[in-house]
Amino acid sequence: MDIRVDTVRKEFSLYPALNDVSLEVKSSELIALLGPSGSGKTTLLRLIAGLELPTAGRIFFGDEDASGKTVQERNVGFVFQAYALFRNMTVLDNISFGLKVRPRSTRPPNAEIRRRAMELLDLVQLTGLEKRFPQQLSGGQRQRVALARALAIEPRVLLLDEPFGALDAQVRKELRKWLREIHDRTGHTTVFVTHDQEEALELADRLVVMSQGKIEQVGTPDEVYDRPNSPFVFSFIGESSSIPVAVENRELWSGGRAIGLPAPADAPGEATLFFRPHDVELVEDGVGAALAGVVAASRRVGGTRRVELEVGGNPNRVEIDLPFDHPAGERTRIAFRPKRWRVFPGKV
Amino acid sequence: MYDEEVIYDSRRLVPPEEHTRPTTERPWVRRTLIGIAVVFMGLVLVLPLLLVFVEAFRKGAETYFAAFSDRNSQSAITLTLLVAAIAVPLNLVFGVAAAWCVAKYEFWGKSFLITLIDLPFSVSPVVSGMVYVLLFGAQSALGPILKANHIEIIFAVPGIVLATIFVTFPFIARELIPLMEDQGSVDEEAALSLGATGWQTFTRVTLPNIKWGLLYGVLLCNARAMGEFGAVSVVSGHIRGKTTTMPLDIEILYNEYNFTAAFAIASLLAMLALVTLVFKTILEFRFGDELAGTRRH
Amino acid sequence: MKPSVIPGFGLTFGYTILYLSLLVLIPIAGLFLKAATTPWPQIVRIATAPRTINALEISFGSSLIAALVNVLFGVIVAWVLVRYKFPGRRILDAIVDLPFALPTAVAGIALSTLYAPKGWIGSLFSDKGPLWQWWHAQTWLPFGLEQFSLNFKIAYTPTGIVIALIFVGLPFIVRTVQPVLEEFEQELEEAAATLGANRWQTIAKVILPRLTPALLTGFALAFARAVGEYGSVIFIAGNLPNISEIAPVLIVIKLEEFDQAGAAVIAGIMLIISFAMLLVVNLIQAWARRRFGNV
Repeated sequence: MDIRVDTVRKEFSLYPALNDVSLEVKSSELIALLGPSGSGKTTLLRLIAGLELPTAGRIFFGDEDASGKTVQERNVGFVFQAYALFRNMTVLDNISFGLKVRPRSTRPPNAEIRRRAMELLDLVQLTGLEKRFPQQLSGGQRQRVALARALAIEPRVLLLDEPFGALDAQVRKELRKWLREIHDRTGHTTVFVTHDQEEALELADRLVVMSQGKIEQVGTPDEVYDRPNSPFVFSFIGESSSIPVAVENRELWSGGRAIGLPAPADAPGEATLFFRPHDVELVEDGVGAALAGVVAASRRVGGTRRVELEVGGNPNRVEIDLPFDHPAGERTRIAFRPKRWRVFPGKV
Repeated sequence: MYDEEVIYDSRRLVPPEEHTRPTTERPWVRRTLIGIAVVFMGLVLVLPLLLVFVEAFRKGAETYFAAFSDRNSQSAITLTLLVAAIAVPLNLVFGVAAAWCVAKYEFWGKSFLITLIDLPFSVSPVVSGMVYVLLFGAQSALGPILKANHIEIIFAVPGIVLATIFVTFPFIARELIPLMEDQGSVDEEAALSLGATGWQTFTRVTLPNIKWGLLYGVLLCNARAMGEFGAVSVVSGHIRGKTTTMPLDIEILYNEYNFTAAFAIASLLAMLALVTLVFKTILEFRFGDELAGTRRH
Repeated sequence: MKPSVIPGFGLTFGYTILYLSLLVLIPIAGLFLKAATTPWPQIVRIATAPRTINALEISFGSSLIAALVNVLFGVIVAWVLVRYKFPGRRILDAIVDLPFALPTAVAGIALSTLYAPKGWIGSLFSDKGPLWQWWHAQTWLPFGLEQFSLNFKIAYTPTGIVIALIFVGLPFIVRTVQPVLEEFEQELEEAAATLGANRWQTIAKVILPRLTPALLTGFALAFARAVGEYGSVIFIAGNLPNISEIAPVLIVIKLEEFDQAGAAVIAGIMLIISFAMLLVVNLIQAWARRRFGNV
């Protein structure tokens, strides 16, 4: 089931939480909504589920306009951040809840409900825990019960709000892999919200990067990482360094020197150069055009050495990464050129 | 938990095409429930309160004020104020001391002590008064000794004071214990480490921290002290002009079919109740964070 | 005591114990001494006297009915106060505490007047009240409908007792349910909705079960208070022996007759039944807490 969000707008009493957002999710796709808190990603997810009603715009499930449908009618599987398991029910009752509340005409017989719930328990690898109460489970187990409960209603789409947010790092990594496997096995169209870029990059087929109620960029993890289309996306995804530059004569200039990088467009004026700290090559200082700066601080982070440079009197230091045993780490002045970079017009 | 958007606002018009939010009810259900609640509370709580004032003024303001010029009623008002003036300060000191030792220390038998403090809440006021009759009454072991020394407790003011203290002593302690437990001892430890004495720590650090909770407890304690009926009734002996407090005076007047006077005295206590509720609401509204016991009794 | 740097333990603890001993422990011990020194046959005779049994039945029975009525309406009131915004909500919220603040004698005479056959509400149910008098005058009605009337006494009957106990107990239910509703995670309701549950199913299967422990607490508090209630009941009850005489009234009567043993025995029975009920409720709560976490 594909999902189409068509210029949806959501206003809470004073501020717009979502500003004319459009998005298409393909069938069986695993898509991540990524952004800082307050970017509107959770609001978008809740709008798709029908937990919020849009101020304007429409939402389609396949060819069907779902905008006027209640959350009950939309038949979505929703996994909440804190799981929202019913603590007065056992694991089995939690999973079968969605089937048990169906009207008599569409409700499967009790034995069938039980069979399906047990099957799902098996799928989420919790066989044998059906009689436990949610409080008797670990965080990771609760998360899996929540997923099984959402899958039990045979949802048209699966929506997850910060599914791993409440778990510690180790469990989070395991569950990530496991969610990917489940998705590949069941083939549900899945949208999940996260503020953890590593999670999004590793798990999702496509990323939707959001900021301040707008979609900044949609693309595969590689596209978004390698070709960020805005300063926000560049600095939000992965490590980044930036430095103000000037565009002149189809070249980039910093502190009155050309730095040996061609300007992508020929609009002269102020601009900002973005690059990844690890994606630089060192050059001999004074030989050829490059960025050069005085080492202000240097510290080792695992296998690399992170060096902070003061380049041409800029107030913000520029960071680059070197192998930790690189001889340049001892120098007081380093010259370098980014290997891959992007220039965005204006000061950022 | 429920932000402004989520709470249903009956004044905001909901467009008919907009379907109901998943976490609230249909408009007609909401209106019905609000209606039931308002009517129920109106019948059970508001109507009796209203009736007190209507009955008090039924025969005009003159008759109303005449009720207070009655000598017996005046002495009842005086006695009520006197009893509250003794009971409330004593319970204040007790409440602070009990809350201090329960909240700041761990000791064996603490939960038993708390249960003991709660006891008057779960005992019939009649029984509360009765225990003093059994202890000090004419038939008790102490009775003859008290009589020989011309000490009157039962059917006299001391008995009324004792019964009132018994019924009202948990109020302040109950308000302060959760509050002081929440606040912990960090502030006090800081003051002590800076060289303050124990007394300085109490007056300059603890007291300012608990002042609103203390006031809240005093309000409730005072309302109950002035209004207590059952316990006082048992020990008072109903000697008009001598051992009748305002609630007892109300009973006597009512049973003498002097309804206007009974409701006139009752209106004073009803106003006390209203003032208490207003202060209570203001305290909860303004200093809700500093009242751990909000919503608990 | 565990060691602590905070000074004043000896002083405050000593004072607390002294105060409690003088005021509570010694008098209560006196009560038990009185009951214990009463010979067994006399205890049995007092306890099994029809008037005693009737008074206890009336006390516990009407307290039970009042507490159940309050559970129903208390939940509605708490729900409305927490979930809906409407003009006058804050005032309504403040008024809930009126029974805590209004002296019981005042409540007693007000309720009695209100529900007396000539009172504002009592007259609606009385054949001689204006409503039914007017109705009887409507001779044009077919089938002799005008002769129909309600003649139902509230004041001076057990119904009146229940009314007074409803007044006294309402805040206990509202004030224990309210905080639980306020802290109820909205996500749980949303989860139920995404799973297809309609609103009624969500309330019945998800919300009410979570309210149960608080409801039990509120019920126990309201019940305990109602069993011992005196001031607000005596005026409306009429205090007819075996019909509308509650146990606390019987205790007072025994005291006035200088039958201290009789009073002590009835008080003892009341205490034992109340404590047993509270114990049961506490056990249920402890079980619920173990099972469903801290609710």
